[in-house]
Amino acid sequence: MYDFAYHKPSSVADAVKLLAADPDARAISGGMTLLPALKLRLNKPTAVVDLSGIAELRGVKREGGTIVVGALTKHYEVATSAEIKAAIPALAWMASTIGDTQVRNRGTMGGSVANNDPSADYPAALLALGATIQTDKRKIGADDFFQGMFATALDTGEIVTAIHIPVPEKAGYAKMKNPASRYSMAGVFVARGPAGVRVGVNGAGANGAFRATAMEAALAANWSPDAVASIKMDPAMMNGDIHGSAEYRAHLVTVMAKRAVANAG
Amino acid sequence: MPQVTLTVNGTKHTVEVEARTLLVELLREKLRLTGTHVGCDTSQCGACVVHMGGDSIKACTILAVQCEGADITTIEGLAKPDGTLHPMQEAFREYHALQCGFCTPGMVMSAIDLVNKHPGGLSEQEIREGLEGNLCRCTGYHNIVKAIAAAADVMQGRRSELARAAE
Repeated sequence: MYDFAYHKPSSVADAVKLLAADPDARAISGGMTLLPALKLRLNKPTAVVDLSGIAELRGVKREGGTIVVGALTKHYEVATSAEIKAAIPALAWMASTIGDTQVRNRGTMGGSVANNDPSADYPAALLALGATIQTDKRKIGADDFFQGMFATALDTGEIVTAIHIPVPEKAGYAKMKNPASRYSMAGVFVARGPAGVRVGVNGAGANGAFRATAMEAALAANWSPDAVASIKMDPAMMNGDIHGSAEYRAHLVTVMAKRAVANAG
Repeated sequence: MPQVTLTVNGTKHTVEVEARTLLVELLREKLRLTGTHVGCDTSQCGACVVHMGGDSIKACTILAVQCEGADITTIEGLAKPDGTLHPMQEAFREYHALQCGFCTPGMVMSAIDLVNKHPGGLSEQEIREGLEGNLCRCTGYHNIVKAIAAAADVMQGRRSELARAAE
Protein backbone atom coordinates (compact mmCIF):
# COMPACT_ATOMS: atom_id res chain seq x y z
CA MET A 1 0.00 0.00 0.00
CA TYR A 2 1.30 3.47 -0.85
CA ASP A 3 1.20 5.86 2.08
CA PHE A 4 -1.31 8.69 2.29
CA ALA A 5 -2.45 11.42 4.65
CA TYR A 6 -5.20 10.45 7.08
CA HIS A 7 -8.04 12.70 8.21
CA LYS A 8 -10.86 11.95 10.58
CA PRO A 9 -13.45 14.75 10.41
CA SER A 10 -16.31 14.82 12.90
CA SER A 11 -18.93 16.46 10.67
CA VAL A 12 -20.20 15.98 7.11
CA ALA A 13 -19.35 19.61 6.37
CA ASP A 14 -15.70 19.07 7.36
CA ALA A 15 -15.50 15.83 5.36
CA VAL A 16 -16.91 17.55 2.28
CA LYS A 17 -14.37 20.37 2.68
CA LEU A 18 -11.47 17.90 2.89
CA LEU A 19 -12.65 15.97 -0.16
CA ALA A 20 -13.34 19.15 -2.16
CA ALA A 21 -9.87 20.49 -1.41
CA ASP A 22 -8.19 17.41 -2.84
CA PRO A 23 -9.69 15.52 -5.80
CA ASP A 24 -7.28 12.62 -5.14
CA ALA A 25 -8.53 12.10 -1.58
CA ARG A 26 -10.82 9.14 -0.96
CA ALA A 27 -13.52 8.68 1.67
CA ILE A 28 -13.37 5.51 3.76
CA SER A 29 -16.08 4.06 5.96
CA GLY A 30 -15.73 0.32 6.70
CA GLY A 31 -12.90 -0.02 4.20
CA MET A 32 -13.92 -3.52 3.13
CA THR A 33 -13.44 -2.65 -0.54
CA LEU A 34 -11.11 0.34 -0.44
CA LEU A 35 -8.39 -1.27 1.70
CA PRO A 36 -8.04 -4.42 -0.47
CA ALA A 37 -7.90 -2.11 -3.53
CA LEU A 38 -5.17 0.01 -1.90
CA LYS A 39 -3.16 -3.10 -1.04
CA LEU A 40 -3.25 -4.09 -4.70
CA ARG A 41 -2.15 -0.54 -5.56
CA LEU A 42 -5.21 -0.24 -7.81
CA ASN A 43 -5.76 3.14 -6.29
CA LYS A 44 -3.33 5.78 -5.03
CA PRO A 45 -5.16 8.39 -2.98
CA THR A 46 -3.20 11.30 -1.58
CA ALA A 47 -5.41 11.25 1.50
CA VAL A 48 -7.97 9.01 3.14
CA VAL A 49 -10.89 10.77 4.83
CA ASP A 50 -12.31 8.51 7.53
CA LEU A 51 -16.06 9.09 7.90
CA SER A 52 -16.45 6.85 10.94
CA GLY A 53 -16.25 9.70 13.44
CA ILE A 54 -19.31 11.52 12.03
CA ALA A 55 -22.15 10.88 14.46
CA GLU A 56 -24.84 12.29 12.14
CA LEU A 57 -24.24 9.40 9.71
CA ARG A 58 -25.19 6.77 12.28
CA GLY A 59 -28.42 5.09 13.25
CA VAL A 60 -31.56 3.49 11.86
CA LYS A 61 -34.97 5.08 12.38
CA ARG A 62 -38.50 4.78 11.09
CA GLU A 63 -40.13 7.98 9.85
CA GLY A 64 -43.74 7.16 8.99
CA GLY A 65 -43.70 4.77 6.07
CA THR A 66 -39.97 5.07 5.52
CA ILE A 67 -36.93 3.45 7.09
CA VAL A 68 -33.95 5.80 7.20
CA VAL A 69 -30.60 4.06 7.41
CA GLY A 70 -27.55 6.18 8.26
CA ALA A 71 -24.71 5.65 5.80
CA LEU A 72 -22.35 4.33 8.50
CA THR A 73 -24.77 1.57 9.53
CA LYS A 74 -22.85 -1.70 9.44
CA HIS A 75 -24.23 -4.81 7.75
CA TYR A 76 -24.41 -6.51 11.15
CA GLU A 77 -26.51 -3.59 12.45
CA VAL A 78 -28.86 -3.82 9.46
CA ALA A 79 -29.21 -7.57 10.02
CA THR A 80 -30.07 -7.13 13.70
CA SER A 81 -31.94 -3.80 13.71
CA ALA A 82 -35.36 -4.20 15.35
CA GLU A 83 -36.85 -1.50 13.08
CA ILE A 84 -35.59 -3.12 9.87
CA LYS A 85 -36.48 -6.66 10.98
CA ALA A 86 -40.03 -5.51 11.71
CA ALA A 87 -40.50 -3.37 8.57
CA ILE A 88 -38.38 -5.06 5.87
CA PRO A 89 -37.31 -8.49 7.14
CA ALA A 90 -35.99 -9.41 3.67
CA LEU A 91 -33.48 -6.54 3.87
CA ALA A 92 -32.30 -7.63 7.34
CA TRP A 93 -31.90 -11.18 6.06
CA MET A 94 -30.01 -9.94 2.99
CA ALA A 95 -27.58 -8.09 5.27
CA SER A 96 -26.98 -11.28 7.25
CA THR A 97 -25.78 -13.00 4.06
CA ILE A 98 -23.21 -10.37 3.02
CA GLY A 99 -19.58 -11.54 3.07
CA ASP A 100 -18.67 -13.07 6.40
CA THR A 101 -19.11 -12.06 10.04
CA GLN A 102 -15.97 -9.92 10.04
CA VAL A 103 -17.03 -8.07 6.88
CA ARG A 104 -20.50 -7.51 8.38
CA ASN A 105 -18.87 -6.09 11.52
CA ARG A 106 -17.03 -3.41 9.49
CA GLY A 107 -18.72 -2.88 6.12
CA THR A 108 -21.44 -0.24 5.88
CA MET A 109 -24.54 0.29 3.75
CA GLY A 110 -23.33 3.73 2.64
CA GLY A 111 -19.98 2.32 1.56
CA SER A 112 -21.54 -0.53 -0.36
CA VAL A 113 -24.00 1.79 -2.08
CA ALA A 114 -21.33 4.36 -3.02
CA ASN A 115 -19.07 1.61 -4.40
CA ASN A 116 -21.81 -0.18 -6.43
CA ASP A 117 -19.86 -3.41 -6.88
CA PRO A 118 -21.79 -5.53 -9.40
CA SER A 119 -21.82 -8.39 -6.87
CA ALA A 120 -22.84 -6.24 -3.92
CA ASP A 121 -26.19 -7.15 -2.37
CA TYR A 122 -27.74 -3.79 -1.48
CA PRO A 123 -28.08 -2.17 -4.94
CA ALA A 124 -30.62 -4.82 -6.03
CA ALA A 125 -32.63 -4.29 -2.85
CA LEU A 126 -32.63 -0.51 -3.13
CA LEU A 127 -33.72 -0.68 -6.78
CA ALA A 128 -36.54 -3.07 -5.89
CA LEU A 129 -37.66 -1.09 -2.85
CA GLY A 130 -37.58 2.22 -4.71
CA ALA A 131 -35.14 3.70 -2.20
CA THR A 132 -33.73 7.22 -2.27
CA ILE A 133 -30.07 7.89 -1.63
CA GLN A 134 -29.42 11.05 0.38
CA THR A 135 -26.07 12.74 -0.10
CA ASP A 136 -24.50 15.82 1.44
CA LYS A 137 -26.18 17.95 -1.23
CA ARG A 138 -29.20 16.18 -2.76
CA LYS A 139 -31.53 13.18 -2.89
CA ILE A 140 -31.17 10.70 -5.74
CA GLY A 141 -33.62 7.91 -6.58
CA ALA A 142 -32.06 4.44 -6.78
CA ASP A 143 -32.94 4.19 -10.51
CA ASP A 144 -30.83 7.27 -11.24
CA PHE A 145 -28.17 6.56 -8.65
CA PHE A 146 -26.89 3.17 -9.84
CA GLN A 147 -25.30 3.71 -13.24
CA GLY A 148 -23.55 0.46 -14.02
CA MET A 149 -20.56 -1.44 -12.76
CA PHE A 150 -18.86 0.59 -9.98
CA ALA A 151 -20.58 3.70 -11.40
CA THR A 152 -23.00 5.95 -9.52
CA ALA A 153 -24.49 9.42 -9.84
CA LEU A 154 -22.15 10.68 -7.09
CA ASP A 155 -19.93 13.61 -8.03
CA THR A 156 -16.29 13.60 -6.95
CA GLY A 157 -16.21 14.28 -3.23
CA GLU A 158 -19.97 13.80 -2.76
CA ILE A 159 -20.83 11.70 0.30
CA VAL A 160 -23.75 9.32 0.82
CA THR A 161 -25.27 10.32 4.16
CA ALA A 162 -28.40 8.13 4.44
CA ILE A 163 -30.64 5.75 2.55
CA HIS A 164 -34.42 6.30 2.68
CA ILE A 165 -36.37 3.09 2.08
CA PRO A 166 -40.18 3.04 1.70
CA VAL A 167 -41.62 0.17 3.74
CA PRO A 168 -43.04 -2.44 1.32
CA GLU A 169 -46.06 -4.68 1.79
CA LYS A 170 -43.98 -7.65 0.79
CA ALA A 171 -40.38 -8.27 -0.13
CA GLY A 172 -38.14 -11.27 -0.63
CA TYR A 173 -34.55 -12.04 -1.60
CA ALA A 174 -32.71 -15.06 -2.90
CA LYS A 175 -29.19 -15.42 -4.22
CA MET A 176 -26.82 -18.04 -5.51
CA LYS A 177 -23.47 -17.54 -3.85
CA ASN A 178 -20.24 -18.38 -5.57
CA PRO A 179 -19.26 -21.44 -3.54
CA ALA A 180 -15.69 -20.22 -3.02
CA SER A 181 -15.86 -16.42 -2.71
CA ARG A 182 -19.50 -16.25 -1.47
CA TYR A 183 -20.09 -13.28 -3.75
CA SER A 184 -23.44 -13.21 -5.49
CA MET A 185 -23.52 -15.08 -8.83
CA ALA A 186 -27.11 -13.93 -9.21
CA GLY A 187 -29.32 -12.40 -6.57
CA VAL A 188 -32.88 -11.21 -6.98
CA PHE A 189 -34.80 -8.89 -4.66
CA VAL A 190 -38.56 -8.60 -5.26
CA ALA A 191 -40.82 -6.04 -3.60
CA ARG A 192 -44.42 -4.92 -3.74
CA GLY A 193 -45.06 -1.60 -2.10
CA PRO A 194 -45.49 2.15 -2.51
CA ALA A 195 -43.18 2.12 -5.53
CA GLY A 196 -45.19 -0.66 -7.19
CA VAL A 197 -43.93 -4.13 -7.98
CA ARG A 198 -40.20 -3.99 -8.60
CA VAL A 199 -37.45 -6.55 -9.15
CA GLY A 200 -33.76 -5.80 -8.62
CA VAL A 201 -30.97 -8.11 -9.77
CA ASN A 202 -27.34 -8.22 -8.61
CA GLY A 203 -24.32 -10.36 -9.48
CA ALA A 204 -25.52 -11.32 -12.95
CA GLY A 205 -25.79 -8.21 -15.12
CA ALA A 206 -23.02 -7.32 -17.58
CA ASN A 207 -23.47 -3.72 -16.45
CA GLY A 208 -24.06 -4.10 -12.72
CA ALA A 209 -27.33 -4.19 -10.77
CA PHE A 210 -30.47 -3.72 -12.85
CA ARG A 211 -34.27 -3.98 -12.76
CA ALA A 212 -35.92 -6.95 -14.44
CA THR A 213 -38.91 -5.10 -15.90
CA ALA A 214 -40.50 -8.12 -17.63
CA MET A 215 -40.61 -9.85 -14.25
CA GLU A 216 -42.12 -6.75 -12.66
CA ALA A 217 -44.99 -6.76 -15.16
CA ALA A 218 -45.59 -10.47 -14.64
CA LEU A 219 -45.60 -10.15 -10.85
CA ALA A 220 -47.87 -7.11 -10.95
CA ALA A 221 -50.44 -9.25 -12.75
CA ASN A 222 -49.86 -12.37 -10.66
CA TRP A 223 -47.71 -12.32 -7.51
CA SER A 224 -46.49 -15.92 -7.50
CA PRO A 225 -43.29 -17.84 -8.28
CA ASP A 226 -45.03 -19.31 -11.34
CA ALA A 227 -45.46 -15.84 -12.81
CA VAL A 228 -41.71 -15.43 -13.33
CA ALA A 229 -40.87 -19.09 -14.02
CA SER A 230 -41.16 -18.76 -17.78
CA ILE A 231 -39.42 -15.39 -18.09
CA LYS A 232 -35.98 -15.86 -19.60
CA MET A 233 -33.25 -13.29 -19.25
CA ASP A 234 -31.20 -12.35 -22.30
CA PRO A 235 -27.67 -13.83 -21.94
CA ALA A 236 -26.34 -10.89 -23.97
CA MET A 237 -27.19 -8.69 -20.97
CA MET A 238 -25.42 -10.99 -18.49
CA ASN A 239 -21.88 -11.21 -17.18
CA GLY A 240 -19.88 -14.29 -18.14
CA ASP A 241 -16.58 -15.17 -16.44
CA ILE A 242 -14.60 -18.14 -15.09
CA HIS A 243 -17.24 -18.65 -12.38
CA GLY A 244 -20.17 -19.04 -14.75
CA SER A 245 -21.21 -18.29 -18.32
CA ALA A 246 -23.69 -15.57 -19.25
CA GLU A 247 -26.20 -18.31 -20.16
CA TYR A 248 -25.80 -19.87 -16.71
CA ARG A 249 -26.31 -16.53 -14.97
CA ALA A 250 -29.35 -15.79 -17.14
CA HIS A 251 -30.84 -19.10 -15.99
CA LEU A 252 -29.95 -18.37 -12.35
CA VAL A 253 -31.80 -15.04 -12.40
CA THR A 254 -35.08 -16.80 -13.19
CA VAL A 255 -34.48 -19.45 -10.53
CA MET A 256 -33.56 -16.85 -7.91
CA ALA A 257 -36.58 -14.72 -8.85
CA LYS A 258 -38.89 -17.68 -8.22
CA ARG A 259 -37.25 -18.31 -4.85
CA ALA A 260 -37.36 -14.61 -3.93
CA VAL A 261 -41.12 -14.46 -4.57
CA ALA A 262 -41.58 -17.64 -2.55
CA ASN A 263 -39.50 -16.14 0.27
CA ALA A 264 -41.61 -12.97 0.19
CA GLY A 265 -44.77 -15.06 0.65
CA MET B 1 3.78 10.59 11.58
CA PRO B 2 0.27 9.87 12.89
CA GLN B 3 -0.15 8.62 16.44
CA VAL B 4 -2.75 6.13 17.56
CA THR B 5 -3.82 5.39 21.12
CA LEU B 6 -5.61 2.11 21.67
CA THR B 7 -6.11 -0.49 24.37
CA VAL B 8 -4.83 -3.98 23.61
CA ASN B 9 -5.63 -6.80 26.03
CA GLY B 10 -6.33 -4.25 28.77
CA THR B 11 -3.13 -2.24 28.30
CA LYS B 12 -3.20 1.24 26.78
CA HIS B 13 -0.60 1.93 24.10
CA THR B 14 0.26 5.09 22.17
CA VAL B 15 2.16 4.22 19.02
CA GLU B 16 3.53 6.19 16.07
CA VAL B 17 2.50 4.58 12.81
CA GLU B 18 2.35 5.43 9.13
CA ALA B 19 -1.22 6.08 7.99
CA ARG B 20 -1.00 2.96 5.82
CA THR B 21 -0.01 0.68 8.73
CA LEU B 22 -2.51 -2.11 9.22
CA LEU B 23 -3.75 -3.06 12.68
CA VAL B 24 -2.16 -6.50 12.29
CA GLU B 25 1.20 -4.86 11.54
CA LEU B 26 0.90 -2.69 14.64
CA LEU B 27 0.06 -5.75 16.76
CA ARG B 28 2.80 -7.99 15.40
CA GLU B 29 5.62 -5.58 14.63
CA LYS B 30 5.18 -2.75 17.14
CA LEU B 31 3.64 -4.59 20.11
CA ARG B 32 5.26 -7.97 19.31
CA LEU B 33 1.95 -9.76 19.76
CA THR B 34 2.63 -12.41 17.14
CA GLY B 35 -0.26 -14.69 18.06
CA THR B 36 -2.38 -12.84 15.51
CA HIS B 37 -1.31 -14.34 12.19
CA VAL B 38 -1.21 -13.06 8.62
CA GLY B 39 -2.33 -15.75 6.23
CA CYS B 40 -3.75 -14.40 2.99
CA ASP B 41 -3.50 -10.66 3.71
CA THR B 42 -6.61 -10.26 1.53
CA SER B 43 -9.36 -10.51 4.21
CA GLN B 44 -10.34 -14.02 3.22
CA CYS B 45 -8.60 -16.54 5.50
CA GLY B 46 -9.36 -15.13 8.96
CA ALA B 47 -6.01 -16.01 10.57
CA CYS B 48 -5.76 -12.36 11.70
CA VAL B 49 -9.14 -12.11 13.46
CA VAL B 50 -9.13 -10.05 16.66
CA HIS B 51 -11.91 -8.38 18.63
CA MET B 52 -12.58 -4.66 18.44
CA GLY B 53 -15.07 -3.64 21.11
CA GLY B 54 -16.11 -7.31 21.30
CA ASP B 55 -16.80 -7.70 17.57
CA SER B 56 -14.58 -9.97 15.49
CA ILE B 57 -12.76 -8.16 12.70
CA LYS B 58 -9.92 -8.98 10.32
CA ALA B 59 -6.86 -7.10 11.50
CA CYS B 60 -5.36 -7.19 7.99
CA THR B 61 -8.21 -5.07 6.62
CA ILE B 62 -8.28 -2.13 8.99
CA LEU B 63 -5.79 0.68 9.35
CA ALA B 64 -4.16 1.09 12.73
CA VAL B 65 -5.25 4.75 12.71
CA GLN B 66 -8.88 3.61 12.36
CA CYS B 67 -8.50 2.00 15.79
CA GLU B 68 -8.03 5.27 17.71
CA GLY B 69 -9.60 4.78 21.13
CA ALA B 70 -10.55 1.18 20.35
CA ASP B 71 -10.50 -1.72 22.75
CA ILE B 72 -8.73 -4.61 21.02
CA THR B 73 -8.47 -8.18 22.29
CA THR B 74 -6.06 -10.63 20.67
CA ILE B 75 -5.49 -14.33 21.26
CA GLU B 76 -2.87 -13.38 23.88
CA GLY B 77 -5.57 -11.66 25.92
CA LEU B 78 -7.78 -14.70 26.46
CA ALA B 79 -6.01 -16.86 29.03
CA LYS B 80 -5.95 -15.78 32.68
CA PRO B 81 -2.66 -14.44 34.08
CA ASP B 82 -2.12 -17.78 35.85
CA GLY B 83 -2.21 -19.54 32.49
CA THR B 84 -5.73 -20.97 32.77
CA LEU B 85 -7.02 -21.18 29.22
CA HIS B 86 -10.25 -19.59 28.01
CA PRO B 87 -12.98 -22.27 27.65
CA MET B 88 -12.73 -21.91 23.85
CA GLN B 89 -8.97 -22.56 23.91
CA GLU B 90 -9.50 -25.47 26.30
CA ALA B 91 -12.15 -26.97 23.99
CA PHE B 92 -9.88 -26.61 20.94
CA ARG B 93 -7.25 -28.60 22.84
CA GLU B 94 -9.71 -31.17 24.18
CA TYR B 95 -11.35 -31.83 20.81
CA HIS B 96 -8.13 -31.72 18.81
CA ALA B 97 -9.53 -28.85 16.76
CA LEU B 98 -6.22 -28.09 15.08
CA GLN B 99 -3.34 -29.70 13.32
CA CYS B 100 -0.76 -27.16 12.14
CA GLY B 101 -2.32 -24.43 14.29
CA PHE B 102 -1.82 -21.54 11.89
CA CYS B 103 -5.53 -20.70 11.60
CA THR B 104 -6.22 -21.39 15.29
CA PRO B 105 -5.89 -17.89 16.78
CA GLY B 106 -8.36 -16.50 14.25
CA MET B 107 -10.67 -19.49 14.63
CA VAL B 108 -10.75 -19.06 18.42
CA MET B 109 -11.40 -15.31 18.21
CA SER B 110 -14.19 -15.76 15.63
CA ALA B 111 -15.69 -18.60 17.65
CA ILE B 112 -15.87 -16.53 20.84
CA ASP B 113 -17.66 -13.67 19.04
CA LEU B 114 -20.03 -16.22 17.49
CA VAL B 115 -20.92 -17.76 20.84
CA ASN B 116 -21.32 -14.35 22.48
CA LYS B 117 -23.76 -13.25 19.74
CA HIS B 118 -25.89 -16.40 20.26
CA PRO B 119 -26.73 -16.42 23.97
CA GLY B 120 -29.38 -19.09 23.39
CA GLY B 121 -26.87 -21.57 21.97
CA LEU B 122 -25.88 -22.57 18.45
CA SER B 123 -26.84 -25.29 16.00
CA GLU B 124 -24.13 -27.10 14.06
CA GLN B 125 -25.34 -25.27 10.94
CA GLU B 126 -25.00 -21.89 12.67
CA ILE B 127 -21.47 -22.75 13.77
CA ARG B 128 -20.47 -23.78 10.25
CA GLU B 129 -21.99 -20.62 8.74
CA GLY B 130 -20.39 -18.53 11.48
CA LEU B 131 -16.96 -19.78 10.38
CA GLU B 132 -17.41 -18.59 6.78
CA GLY B 133 -14.65 -16.05 7.28
CA ASN B 134 -12.08 -18.52 8.60
CA LEU B 135 -10.23 -21.05 6.49
CA CYS B 136 -8.53 -24.18 7.85
CA ARG B 137 -6.60 -26.35 5.42
CA CYS B 138 -5.84 -29.21 7.84
CA THR B 139 -8.80 -30.35 9.87
CA GLY B 140 -11.80 -30.48 7.56
CA TYR B 141 -13.52 -28.36 10.25
CA HIS B 142 -15.33 -31.24 12.00
CA ASN B 143 -13.37 -31.04 15.23
CA ILE B 144 -13.45 -27.25 15.19
CA VAL B 145 -17.25 -27.37 15.06
CA LYS B 146 -17.33 -29.88 17.92
CA ALA B 147 -14.98 -27.75 20.01
CA ILE B 148 -17.08 -24.62 19.52
CA ALA B 149 -20.28 -26.46 20.46
CA ALA B 150 -18.61 -27.77 23.61
CA ALA B 151 -17.13 -24.38 24.52
CA ALA B 152 -20.53 -22.72 23.97
CA ASP B 153 -21.98 -25.08 26.57
CA VAL B 154 -19.28 -24.14 29.07
CA MET B 155 -19.41 -20.40 28.33
CA GLN B 156 -23.20 -20.34 28.61
CA GLY B 157 -23.44 -22.49 31.71
CA ARG B 158 -25.06 -25.55 30.16
CA ARG B 159 -23.93 -29.04 31.04
CA SER B 160 -21.24 -29.87 28.54
CA GLU B 161 -20.94 -33.08 26.60
CA LEU B 162 -17.84 -33.89 28.62
CA ALA B 163 -19.71 -33.42 31.89
CA ARG B 164 -22.55 -35.60 30.64
CA ALA B 165 -20.08 -38.31 29.57
CA ALA B 166 -18.44 -38.24 33.00
CA GLU B 167 -21.74 -38.90 34.78
